Amino acid sequence: MAERFPSIQAVREGLAGVDYLADEATAGVVFLADRLDKPVLVEGPAGTGKTELAKSVARWAGSRLIRLQCYEGLDESKALYEWNYRKQLLRIQAGEGPWSELEGDIFSEEFLLSRPLLEAIRADEPVVLLIDEVDRVEVETEALLLEVLSDWQVSVPEMGTVSARRIPLVFLTSNATRDLSEALKRRCLYLHLDYPSVEREREIVLARVPELPAHLAGEVARIVRSLRLLDLRKPPSVSETLDWARTLVVLGVSELDASLTESTLHVLLKHRADIAAAARELKTAG
Amino acid sequence: MLAVLAAFVGELRAAGLPVSLTENIDAMDAVRHVPLDDRSALRAAMAATMVKRPEHRPAFDAVFDSFFSLAPATVDDDGSDLSALLEDALQSGDADAVQRLARLAVARLAGMEEGRGVRGSAYVFKTMRMLDVDGALARLLAGAGWLERDGLTLAAQCLRNEVEAEVRRRLVAERGPEAVARSVRRPLPEDVDFLHASGDDLAALQRTLRPLARRMAARLARRRRHGRHGRLDFRRTLRRSLSAGGVPADPRFRRPRPHKPEIVVLADVSGSVATFARFTLQLVHALAGEFSAVRTFVFIDGIDEVTHLLAGADDLAAALTRVHEEADVVAADGHSDYGRALTAFWARWGREITPRTSVVILGDARNNYHATGAEVLADLRRRARRLWWLNPEPRSYWDTGDSIVAEYARHCHGVFECRNLRQLEAFVAQIG
Repeated sequence: MAERFPSIQAVREGLAGVDYLADEATAGVVFLADRLDKPVLVEGPAGTGKTELAKSVARWAGSRLIRLQCYEGLDESKALYEWNYRKQLLRIQAGEGPWSELEGDIFSEEFLLSRPLLEAIRADEPVVLLIDEVDRVEVETEALLLEVLSDWQVSVPEMGTVSARRIPLVFLTSNATRDLSEALKRRCLYLHLDYPSVEREREIVLARVPELPAHLAGEVARIVRSLRLLDLRKPPSVSETLDWARTLVVLGVSELDASLTESTLHVLLKHRADIAAAARELKTAG
Repeated sequence: MLAVLAAFVGELRAAGLPVSLTENIDAMDAVRHVPLDDRSALRAAMAATMVKRPEHRPAFDAVFDSFFSLAPATVDDDGSDLSALLEDALQSGDADAVQRLARLAVARLAGMEEGRGVRGSAYVFKTMRMLDVDGALARLLAGAGWLERDGLTLAAQCLRNEVEAEVRRRLVAERGPEAVARSVRRPLPEDVDFLHASGDDLAALQRTLRPLARRMAARLARRRRHGRHGRLDFRRTLRRSLSAGGVPADPRFRRPRPHKPEIVVLADVSGSVATFARFTLQLVHALAGEFSAVRTFVFIDGIDEVTHLLAGADDLAAALTRVHEEADVVAADGHSDYGRALTAFWARWGREITPRTSVVILGDARNNYHATGAEVLADLRRRARRLWWLNPEPRSYWDTGDSIVAEYARHCHGVFECRNLRQLEAFVAQIG
């Protein structure tokens, strides 16, 4: 058992120390992931800090972050390992000695290119493995992850099984564009990261954009909350809130009013129809 | 503790949550690591191990609150004026103020007595009405701007939740967790029956619809891309063969481009099945990008095309309300008449149905004993690519009374029972 973190409260404070304000549920899940040696599946709308959570945990714990960015068409050779064909070919051409010896030689560590999953398994130092946007790979590719995530090992036919020296902390993120397989979900702890509450968003803005006056941060959080309640195609994410806060700092704003909000809406909303809807609401609000 | 957990998991499963054995074991394991007196940590631990879909979270919370409720708090009633407290709490939105108000209000107004077999919701209703939350909210909303409005509405929602929690707390102390959990059990959003959904259920359904549509669109698009190999791509095969000394060792194929289906929806929008039609139309239109064309017709006993009202509408819910107001769907008496509607459709738009068109008819096939018009369906089937019928009634009700599903089913490629979102999703998944 790893026992990297002493308590839930410690996780919360530690993450706050690297400017990631986790709520209780988030801290609880990170704590459990460590104690139960289970990967965490983080799901939620885009821009709520899923990837940032993994990065912050790595930064706080001082671990190396290994990242596997998923995309359609991801396969074993990009996720697990690959044999270095060219080097093997050179070895054969330069070859001396009988074939049996040569064969053992070219299928050894030296000719193996580790990809993120194998690298995380073989690491000697503590690592955080981030498998980003796992919903982008096909269902069949998901199966690749299962062996790694439940048994913490990778099978390389020519060499045997490589088992983890230390169990890494694993975060999988998903935007829920499709349902992940039950088998994968069953192996993970599940965390749904939703948009933060007004108070938490205000604190996030203050922590990340300290130049913004405190009273404006509250305003910003409230306006964004109200925008999210509208029926929009793409509600503003936390990262867009931060962009907006930075915009306000650059513009040197000290008071926020409807017309200023309207003229900077394009930082928060990226669909024409959404901007029009929000502008309409702002007009009625006066 | 083990016994409590076992009962808890049993109740979760009864509420429809798919908790597997491994997840159950994980939960037991997780509970060992969190301090048991920390209720929110316990909740987080259990949710993380057993609830793997955000839509299931409310159901989980309801069960959790029944099983691991706090002992009813004793509030020191200092006789303060509730309506003043109410205004303060709504305006500030402060969680502590809201909680204190909820406790006071339940203690003073709900009139809970031991041994009365009254449902919890009745106490909640009584408290909220005696407190006149709606009245106070309306007064405050009248003088509020856009931002304050949202704050007030959320605070009122918060208050309602707190009152519910307080009532539940008192009931649990009296009746035990299992009984209370059973009495507050509600179907999961995907299992809500379209025909008998309450207002809250419908709101929950509405919220799941957009993510569902996004997931389905991704699935349809993905399946189209990952079809079989297409024809041999001669140019690329030849190019690849150069690296193998001219031997075409690695044949390349063209991507198959199956055409997107063209969908025509005929929806019965008479009172009995209107909700069903509404959700199905919303889903189909949210998926419009995955079809080469979507045309929508609504009928009761007359039929009218409403594609122009729905296409490109940003707010589909509002557009659907307009459909009800503007579409010319009543020809005679305003009771469903499938025969008349189908005949009218065939006469006016029949020629526009082509072998690329898939036709979906939504309705309960309760024809009020009018002529069936089934021969129109036979013609329709001959001309269209596919003809499907979705019926929101339970299968056991089919062909009872004035329902004539079997009559129409003979002419369809398939008739599907579509009582909830789960079944609707399964249907849409197979038409892409």
